[in-house]
Amino acid sequence: MDPAGRKVRVATAWLSGCSGCHMSLLDMDERLLELASRIELMASPLTDWKEFPETDVTLVEGAVGNVEQLELIRLIRSRSRLLVSLGDCAITGNVPAMRNVYPVEDLLRESYEAQSAPVIGVPGRGSAVPRLIDRVLQVHQVVEVDYFLPGCPPDAGAIYELLAALCEGRQPALETRRFG
Amino acid sequence: MAKRIVIDPVTRIEGHARISIYVNEAGEVEAAQFHVGEFRGFEKFAQGRPFHEMPGLMARTCGICPVSHVLAGSRAGDMLLGLDPPPAARAQRRLLNYAQHLQSHALSFFYLSCPDLLLGFDSPPERRHILGLAEADPGFVRRGVRLRQFGQTIIETIGGRRVHPPGSVPGGMTRPLEREEVERIRQWLPEALESVQMALDRFKALLGQFQEEIASLGDFPSLFMGMVNGQGELEIYDGAIRFVDAAGNLVADNLDPARYFTYIGEASEEWSYMKFPYYRPLGYPGGMYRVGPLARLNVCTRVGTPLADRELREFRQRAGRPACATFHYHWARLIEMLHAVERIDEITADDVLLDPRVRARAGQNANVGIGACEAPRGTLFHHYEVDDTGLVRRANLLIATGQNNLAMNQAVTQAAKRFVRADDPAEGGLNRVEAAIRCFDPCLSCATHAFGRIPLLVEFRRRDGSLLRRLPA
Ligand code: SF4
Repeated sequence: MDPAGRKVRVATAWLSGCSGCHMSLLDMDERLLELASRIELMASPLTDWKEFPETDVTLVEGAVGNVEQLELIRLIRSRSRLLVSLGDCAITGNVPAMRNVYPVEDLLRESYEAQSAPVIGVPGRGSAVPRLIDRVLQVHQVVEVDYFLPGCPPDAGAIYELLAALCEGRQPALETRRFG
Repeated sequence: MAKRIVIDPVTRIEGHARISIYVNEAGEVEAAQFHVGEFRGFEKFAQGRPFHEMPGLMARTCGICPVSHVLAGSRAGDMLLGLDPPPAARAQRRLLNYAQHLQSHALSFFYLSCPDLLLGFDSPPERRHILGLAEADPGFVRRGVRLRQFGQTIIETIGGRRVHPPGSVPGGMTRPLEREEVERIRQWLPEALESVQMALDRFKALLGQFQEEIASLGDFPSLFMGMVNGQGELEIYDGAIRFVDAAGNLVADNLDPARYFTYIGEASEEWSYMKFPYYRPLGYPGGMYRVGPLARLNVCTRVGTPLADRELREFRQRAGRPACATFHYHWARLIEMLHAVERIDEITADDVLLDPRVRARAGQNANVGIGACEAPRGTLFHHYEVDDTGLVRRANLLIATGQNNLAMNQAVTQAAKRFVRADDPAEGGLNRVEAAIRCFDPCLSCATHAFGRIPLLVEFRRRDGSLLRRLPA
């Protein structure tokens, strides 16, 4: 609940990442069930929302790697009161950004043309799947971010403290946490 | 006029995908496609990196089954060093892998699929998730949460952390285990066994309700592939590869995982970032095969532990041998969870696990390293070609989930034909198409991934493909 007694609407989203940050969220274990009385879980890989709703807090895992993610993160920002970059991919680009030294065409050639047979088509050249953007971006390079929770992935205790603090309307106390 | 129904994003799966359902002029569902929409390019950016980095780097393909990538990467590293790790390292790695199967299967079953199975495919979507289920049945969900926690705790103990554990490296493991640590793991065993058994009984009691789903969420013939040990028992760390066909005939046996490219080919299609592996002798796409829990139970002679083998006998009687219904992945996953708990018991009771020698050391002795193991979702292969300075020149990852790509496409087509009314697609029907995918428990993070936002969208297109009308506009 927030101080006014309403359940806090929480959403989570993943962009270009490995879902490890979401696993760390689940690594709260039974504390997740305890949080359930205070939060309303909205759009998330764990739920069936097909359209991104208005939320109080959205945790975003992953960097921005393709045109749809670029559009999505802008939409998420416009509908989230607070936006949290969850983990190193969202914050620094981390592993997904390792592709930034190569032109997109080289990546597609290596992963599909050089290593498959038959090659009936190469994804990413047409429109059936989202096109990659030239360079993977950090979330805050695209939209404003309110909180940064570093780590690959961030520790479950830190995620819990952040959510609990936001539910209680106070600043999270993360100084003593280890990251990564 | 032909039209396309799009489900985007497919939810309660691990990764980003959408499904297109194609409707012909007569208004019948004709085909469906499962599109995986994310790409990261590990094959390319691994180039030029030292092979010792690979277990840690490749773990980042997937946060759900990082242990599989760490193990495949470490085993490819063992081959590059030209050595066998000491017995205690093998025991630690096997324990790690069973713990991962347990936690990952618990995630798939309790968190992602039970909302459909226990709340109902047609229940209101806003509450059809793990926290909604926790309200309806707190005791059951708590058991599922704790089962996953048990697996994750073992991984943390042996590997150093829960996600992307750094404990396994080329040559073995970084640290011996202490007796107290193993004792702490063993204390969980009775509860874990009871929880899995309870979930199995609950699931079997529900089967009668799901006859239609069993028949239509992907019931078709295919090949099955998995690892077995020398006695034909299920093996998830260092077995040989076996294929059986839909009639249960042995198609190939005792294949060396390091020669995977001689019997598995990979095709690419424009409409998915996930590749399409196939069994080479049968060509593409005829060489469709399935991997993962259902496939492993279909290929093995027996599982190899008493409680799970008893369940396997019942499974074979009721679901057939081989079981071809994709829905039975859930059942197979539960039997594998039982097996994992039994194996964890076995491995932690053996003092080999406590031997202080856990790492062999050598310089690089080869230029090609291939490591394989059974990931929760199927057989995983890492293949590195390394130059004489230890830098990776070429890397290929044959991901477990990818190998189900052809079968997942067939399953969504069958489910869409059965459950989607083209003129008025109901939410519950579309949810069943997604449920066909959930049976496979795909881990698209491995292959790729993201998160989409477009709600259900129907497009009416002219024959030439140009857009006529879109709903909602
Ligand atoms: S920060 Fe690490 S754990 Fe999180 S998505 Fe990125 S690679 Fe995965």
